[in-house]
Amino acid sequence: MSVLVYIEHADGSVKKTSLEAVSYAKALSDKLGAGEVIAVALGSIAQEELAKAGHAGAAKVMHVNDEKLNAGIIQAHAEAVAQVYRKVGAGTLVLAKSSLGDAVAARLAVKLDAALVSNVVELPETGSGYKVKRSIYTGKAFAETSVNKDHKILAVKKNAVDLKTDGAAAAVETVALDINADNFATKIISTDKATGEVLLPEADIVVSGGRGMKGPENWGLIEDLAKELGAATGCSKPVSDIGWRPHHEHVGQTGVKVAPTLYIAVGISGAIQHLAGVNSSKCIVVINKDAEAPFFKAADYGIVGDAFEVLPKLTEAVKALK
Amino acid sequence: MKILVCITHVPDTTSKIQFTDNNTKFDKNGVQFIIGPYDDYALARAVELKEQLGASLTVLNVGEAETEPTLRKALAIGADDAIRVNAFPKDSLFVASQIAAIAKQNNYDLIMMGRESIDFNGGMVHGMVGEMLGIPSVSPVMKLEIEGDSVKMAREIEGGKEYLEAKLPLVAGCQEPIAEWKIPNMRGIMSARTKPLQVIEPVTDQTATEVTNYQLPPAKGAVKLIDKDNVEELVKLLKNEAKVL
Repeated sequence: MSVLVYIEHADGSVKKTSLEAVSYAKALSDKLGAGEVIAVALGSIAQEELAKAGHAGAAKVMHVNDEKLNAGIIQAHAEAVAQVYRKVGAGTLVLAKSSLGDAVAARLAVKLDAALVSNVVELPETGSGYKVKRSIYTGKAFAETSVNKDHKILAVKKNAVDLKTDGAAAAVETVALDINADNFATKIISTDKATGEVLLPEADIVVSGGRGMKGPENWGLIEDLAKELGAATGCSKPVSDIGWRPHHEHVGQTGVKVAPTLYIAVGISGAIQHLAGVNSSKCIVVINKDAEAPFFKAADYGIVGDAFEVLPKLTEAVKALK
Repeated sequence: MKILVCITHVPDTTSKIQFTDNNTKFDKNGVQFIIGPYDDYALARAVELKEQLGASLTVLNVGEAETEPTLRKALAIGADDAIRVNAFPKDSLFVASQIAAIAKQNNYDLIMMGRESIDFNGGMVHGMVGEMLGIPSVSPVMKLEIEGDSVKMAREIEGGKEYLEAKLPLVAGCQEPIAEWKIPNMRGIMSARTKPLQVIEPVTDQTATEVTNYQLPPAKGAVKLIDKDNVEELVKLLKNEAKVL
């Protein structure tokens, strides 16, 4: 039985996390002999974007080229993926853990009578049963989870697998589906998107500021460093609560959970709730003038110093590296 | 107008996470349990809607007797009555099945809950309930207004928000800043003691997953401190040692 991967895209660009999901699916299929990996992409997406799924490990892409699916209408996406899943005779669905992915996967679990495991960080073990390791308590622990249904849905956590880009080109097959109007009962009126910035949940590098930045007028220092690094900017909860930065930049247990390669925290003391949102980062750098800030205990590298002195120097040092 | 808010009973966000019984059980020792923070946002907005629309507001938890103080807190915040499904919440499918069964009997117009619980972080229950009931589910909802049978929402998407409209009935998985958390006042706490809390038995035993073992992440090594006057050294280490630049 094949492995189907649900691919998300942002305005026609396939998301990196979805390509990671394809690479995960390929590794899964190689390990378990689970059949070919087929990606399903919904809405208007250019051929060269779909080709990326092939490079990441998919043998085929089923493209439902229906512009009504450009918007992430949860019910419609779930119905479309379910139809393709049945059509290709899949036994497992893999997708990237995300806001839309969670919402779609949950409906699919019921539609397909499948076991859904979210925040998956490793390939399953099948020595005794089918066991998947997932991240829980916002990254503070892991749970080995056994699955007791034939059909499986695995939502893979960002950065849990290496993205492969050396695969062959995938054959793209355009599929027409019949999706009942009831599935479009939710209407998207408008979208308000930050443009030209690196998106926080997807970013490989994140530079975050806390109350130590003293005010929103000083955020230029964070943005300068982020720009040099090609990074997204984030902030701690108090900073978004007092309105210095928008809510969608709030990194933490009840905000955005990030798992970048490099997380740089500036003027953030490191409350346990903030740590929970960043503890899946590969490397953490902390800059804080308080040497006793608890964040230093979670950091790989640290600088005890004033953000206003350190940040411009760091931005220059990164610039010099290029 | 009938609103159902589903709440989780989870360890406080500052809790140290540990396990016992050969890493098969969560260690509750010294841990304070709270209403799930995302559920708390859902509840706060539901209380506002109740006042605005004259709606009834029921709060529901799937959990054993120990979760009753959490339900009483929700009553003190403003729910009219509470239901506890008397069972350990085995997995998302089990919890969603209980909620859907109760919703089918009571015809709620709006079912609200957090976008995810902060223990298992699955973010699955709202979508499962929506599918089981054959009604739309939207998550994560950061703004929710009701006009007649129409619901206007803002949903967080990566890097921004999306404005949506749907008709009732609906399931919403909520997050901040949908409303400010509400703190129970003395009158609320007193009245919560006498508000009805119904205990019912689960309708099904259906599960899809089972946790067989817990693990903690490996301990972090000591931080490498770099002199503030030598930031070039940090950049070198990030490039050559950590290999993240």
